[in-house]
Amino acid sequence: MVKNRRDFIKISALGATGVAIGSKYLFADNTQQAQKSPKGPFKLPSDFKRTPTYCEVCFWKCAGWIYKNEKGDVQKIIGNDDDPNSNGRFCPRGTGGVGMYHDEDRLKTPLIRVTDKYGKQTYRKASWDEALGVVAKGLQKVIDEHGPECLALFTHGSGGKYFGNLLKALGSHNIAAPSYAQCRGPREVGFIATFGDGLSSPEPTDIKNTDCLVLIGSHIGENMHNGQVQEMSQAIDRGATIITVDPRYSTAASKSKYWLPIKPSTDLALLLAWMNVIIEEELYDKEYVKKYTYGFDQLKEHVKGKTPEWAYGITTIPPDVIRETAREMGKASPAVIVHPGRHVTWYGDDTQRLRAVAILNALLGSWGRKGGFYKPDKAKLPSYPHPPYPEVERSWRDAMGGKYALADLALANGVCDATIPSVTRDCSIKAWIVNGTNLIETLPDRRKTVEAINNLEFIVVVDTMPMEITGYADVVLPECTYIERYDTIRASQHREPTIALRMPAVEPKYNTKSAFWIAKHLAEKMGKGDYFPFKTLEEELDWQLKKIGSSLEEMQRIGVKKLKRPYDDLYFANGEDIEFYTNTGKIELYSTSFESYGFDPMPKYTAHPEPPEGFYRLIYGRAPMHTFTRTINNPNLSDLMDTNVVWVNPKVAKTWGLENGQEVWLKNQDGVFSEFAIKVRVTERIRWDSVYMVHGFGHNRKELSRAYGKGASDSKLITNVMMDPIMGGTGMRGNFVTFLTSKPVGKEVKS
Amino acid sequence: MRYAMAMDTAKCVGCSDCVVACQTENNVPIGFCRDWIVENVEGTYPQLEMEIRSERCNHCENTPCVRTCPTGASHVIEGGIVKVTHNECIGCGACIEACPYDARYFHPDGYVDKCTFCDHRVAEGLDTACVSVCPTYSLTFGDLDDPQSPISILLRERKWKTLVPEAGTKPQVYFLI
Amino acid sequence: MKEELFVSGRNIPNIDPVLHVWHWHIPLYLFLGGLAAGLIFFATYFYISGKTDKYPTAVKIAPVIAPFAIAIGLVALILDLKHTLYFWRLFTAFRLESPMSWGAWTLGVIMPLSMVWPLIYIKDMIKYFESSSKRTTAVLKWIDGLLNDVNILKWVMDLARKYQMAIAWALFLLSIILGVYTGILLSAFNARPLWNTSILGPLFLVSGLSTGAAAVMWMSRHHFEMKAFSRFDLMLVGIEVFLIIHMFMGFNASTQAQQQAVALFWGGEFTAVFWGIFFTAGLVVPAILEIMELFGYKVPAFIPAFLILLGGLIFRFIIVDAGQITRYLY
Repeated sequence: MVKNRRDFIKISALGATGVAIGSKYLFADNTQQAQKSPKGPFKLPSDFKRTPTYCEVCFWKCAGWIYKNEKGDVQKIIGNDDDPNSNGRFCPRGTGGVGMYHDEDRLKTPLIRVTDKYGKQTYRKASWDEALGVVAKGLQKVIDEHGPECLALFTHGSGGKYFGNLLKALGSHNIAAPSYAQCRGPREVGFIATFGDGLSSPEPTDIKNTDCLVLIGSHIGENMHNGQVQEMSQAIDRGATIITVDPRYSTAASKSKYWLPIKPSTDLALLLAWMNVIIEEELYDKEYVKKYTYGFDQLKEHVKGKTPEWAYGITTIPPDVIRETAREMGKASPAVIVHPGRHVTWYGDDTQRLRAVAILNALLGSWGRKGGFYKPDKAKLPSYPHPPYPEVERSWRDAMGGKYALADLALANGVCDATIPSVTRDCSIKAWIVNGTNLIETLPDRRKTVEAINNLEFIVVVDTMPMEITGYADVVLPECTYIERYDTIRASQHREPTIALRMPAVEPKYNTKSAFWIAKHLAEKMGKGDYFPFKTLEEELDWQLKKIGSSLEEMQRIGVKKLKRPYDDLYFANGEDIEFYTNTGKIELYSTSFESYGFDPMPKYTAHPEPPEGFYRLIYGRAPMHTFTRTINNPNLSDLMDTNVVWVNPKVAKTWGLENGQEVWLKNQDGVFSEFAIKVRVTERIRWDSVYMVHGFGHNRKELSRAYGKGASDSKLITNVMMDPIMGGTGMRGNFVTFLTSKPVGKEVKS
Repeated sequence: MRYAMAMDTAKCVGCSDCVVACQTENNVPIGFCRDWIVENVEGTYPQLEMEIRSERCNHCENTPCVRTCPTGASHVIEGGIVKVTHNECIGCGACIEACPYDARYFHPDGYVDKCTFCDHRVAEGLDTACVSVCPTYSLTFGDLDDPQSPISILLRERKWKTLVPEAGTKPQVYFLI
Repeated sequence: MKEELFVSGRNIPNIDPVLHVWHWHIPLYLFLGGLAAGLIFFATYFYISGKTDKYPTAVKIAPVIAPFAIAIGLVALILDLKHTLYFWRLFTAFRLESPMSWGAWTLGVIMPLSMVWPLIYIKDMIKYFESSSKRTTAVLKWIDGLLNDVNILKWVMDLARKYQMAIAWALFLLSIILGVYTGILLSAFNARPLWNTSILGPLFLVSGLSTGAAAVMWMSRHHFEMKAFSRFDLMLVGIEVFLIIHMFMGFNASTQAQQQAVALFWGGEFTAVFWGIFFTAGLVVPAILEIMELFGYKVPAFIPAFLILLGGLIFRFIIVDAGQITRYLY
């Protein structure tokens, strides 16, 4: 079936009249006093000088207070002292969260895609009722013609709970977050295969009590996982040893006792060599291994030949350094953490690499021990009873052709792939709801994402900012920021269970609504109102809180409530008998589940392709003041960093004649080039075979006034995706770039 | 009472939280800053060293800026905190020229502005905004005249340095190394 | 390789990447202040030593430039202020340690006195301008009329003539303060290595005096006076050259920050304009011309005068711009 291609619409294109005046003024028809909540039994935001919230800028969800000034405007956000995630201190993005509220480039009103009489596609403003009507109609059409299983939801925010509820009520389980297969998926599967439990978020790493922290594939300090950065600081104060393995001299590397400047893509070799030393020199926790693990002898045999000398040839790390660091780990055992990292989708063998990390931790006895990994606990909140969800006949898994059976959560790229019609399938996904994730920048190989979108019958995007993904929507629904709404009670895992309330500090600005409101009204339009039994979210929260001995009124006052752990089981007790959720009931150094699926039961090193001549491996990472594109237009945070630069080693710069601050364009191995120029930073901090840049820049949306045209987008240059056969993760570090010193013209794949 | 600040370069990761917190606490206009982060890298790959510092006005003991102010708008208050009275400042820029640390700047409204050690918070017994927010606990604020204050203890136990000591300004922000 | 950079995106206008908060207003004022100081200095010195007749232009005619120079300079300064409406705060306090406060008050007193002095000699000025400019003569005649007719003005002028010696002494001391404080103002900034030398005060004074002498030389119609002033100028230029050489020697023997400051003039961006325009065209060439005159060659007076004035202006522009670039940090 030939569909009209979805033109990428710039939100300000309201036709000739709109463009001349300037979109900002056209939209700002009701700026401050937009909406007033009806007075119910609960206190209103205007009754408080400071209101509790938890941050939405990243997944850490630190709880804090929003302070207002005398005029009732949002002034500042600081942490809640009772919150174990933040300990009363927010990270720069959380502190800068006020910018999200004040950003005048926000989406302000619902938009519907129309085609004018010249065939040009554009957006027109619409009322909520009309826009929701169009969405309901679009989704219902897909349900009637193809079945509810052809609906999918992409979500990466607190609104996901409500849209997920709606989707399941409609009869689909295709709910995907990009944080799985594009980020932490391999480590969940790797750790589940070893210990029977994943890590989830926030990771239960006992950094503040550790004696040795090994960072392999983690750049804490540049990734600003609040609690972990705080605890690393405390570890430094305690004199803990930090070992960093990174081809780049990261901030963590500069604070480490040992920095191993490893050749990119060879990490598995180092991990195997460490296992070799730890086993051969008997540095492992003998009692722990004997009591809790399965497969030690197979492992010992497996790593026999993987000596430091063997690893030296592959990784370029000298053998004595490998031995010395292994001995440090052994000395610190069991208060040692081989950190699993978070964004681990690199080369396609990532699940196996994380298996190696898990195995190392098991050998050193750190799992469940003080200074290693503690056992997190989280509060359990009851759900209000609702009608049972309809049975689902198929899900995205069926589209995977039997692959990735070990993936425990949905693959965002899998759902995307299942949207592209294929001869091997008799149906494909036909409609998307996208909430809080900019899929264009998130999913690698942009060309595929756009192809998928063009095969959809309907797509609705719910977002706060006019990100790239909104340009492809049939309907754009503006969500209000976390500062302006209630949301689910936060019950994250930690050493002690806590609950945190998010309540609005101010009324929603412009004509924006919360995810709860949108999902509820959409459900009502589609006849699923029974799944949202409460009229307001305050009522639902109050009902939930009263069931666990609190109330909305109490949470409005205190923000965070600490609950007691039911058992004193933060760490394993000495000599405790434990059954792990694995096939053998023990920690599997030799993975029986991997074996049964036909994968290597113990990790093997495979060499990965190296950059061709004149090309350099594209390595990307985070900056502590940004959360990818989510904060890129935030006025406070773009003031700190408004563009990325490409790090080039001085030797490479000399070869190419590049100077510090010079503008270049990057071209990758598939001929795709960066849309905008990026400045060069000549620095010794990067290897000569790689270049580095911070992820999240290079936006081509003029509506993002502070982000437009600044820097290069690394995700655009990631077109070679190395699929992880075990759980479908998308390895993204196998892309190579070269430099162009003048603006490239000519044919290339347009996104 | 002699207020001072200690900045631990061993723990600072350069996240710039201190910059944003100061901005939201003190309404510093976007595009300007009262404190900032500096990164120093030396060496050749892979023998490298890096130092990250959070810098601000040093509230010097021997203030060149207060000395040169023709109207007395720049003045020192109790505790050694250097402040600027906005409606006495004529915007001549002499103090900006006089500061070896580039700590001062022209506020868009015309007067000269800079870090004030959050004296409005200090008066209530709180720490400065940057010290309160720092997620790596690198910043410490306190009274040097109290030998048991955390900052006095830190300066006794750790090695430290100040910036541009040869300018003779006797700065009161100490960098622990 | 050494790298030093801002991580938090700091980019404050006029402060990053190099300091440049003082633009053309300040060097222009420094030049005009120095010029006025030189003019008043010579006027009052020769008046006090009773040589008015020998140097009539210096005492009676040239000082008319001074109030205009000071006024333009003050306008430039006020334009430079960023908090302009509060400029009057300068006069609600006197700060002993602030050279700028000294300057504000000095200017405050010099301005009215420097307006009175030329008015005392208004009749000589009318005679001087009669032959050259009809319009100026007309204006001066009108002012002369005002001074005779308006009672309060007549009273002020009578007072001035009565106490002219006292005014001369006051102006003499004030002119020295004016001339030297511009240099001390800059040298008191210990944050700017290029300025932080005590030679800058005397250097600015001498430069100011030489520009004043050049102006007198240009305006003079008396052969004896012209020759005398050309010799004064030669001597002052000589002292200036000596001070500049000493300043550079001192910088090179000083700290690294000072050596880096000097590098701006020895291979850096200011090399050509400093040595080429200022030093050569503004000091050496006029000196040579004046030496040639000593040996009897005829040189039109305005050429060395103009070059010295130009040199004085360029010198202050260079010092103010270059000084802001120099720093102790990084």
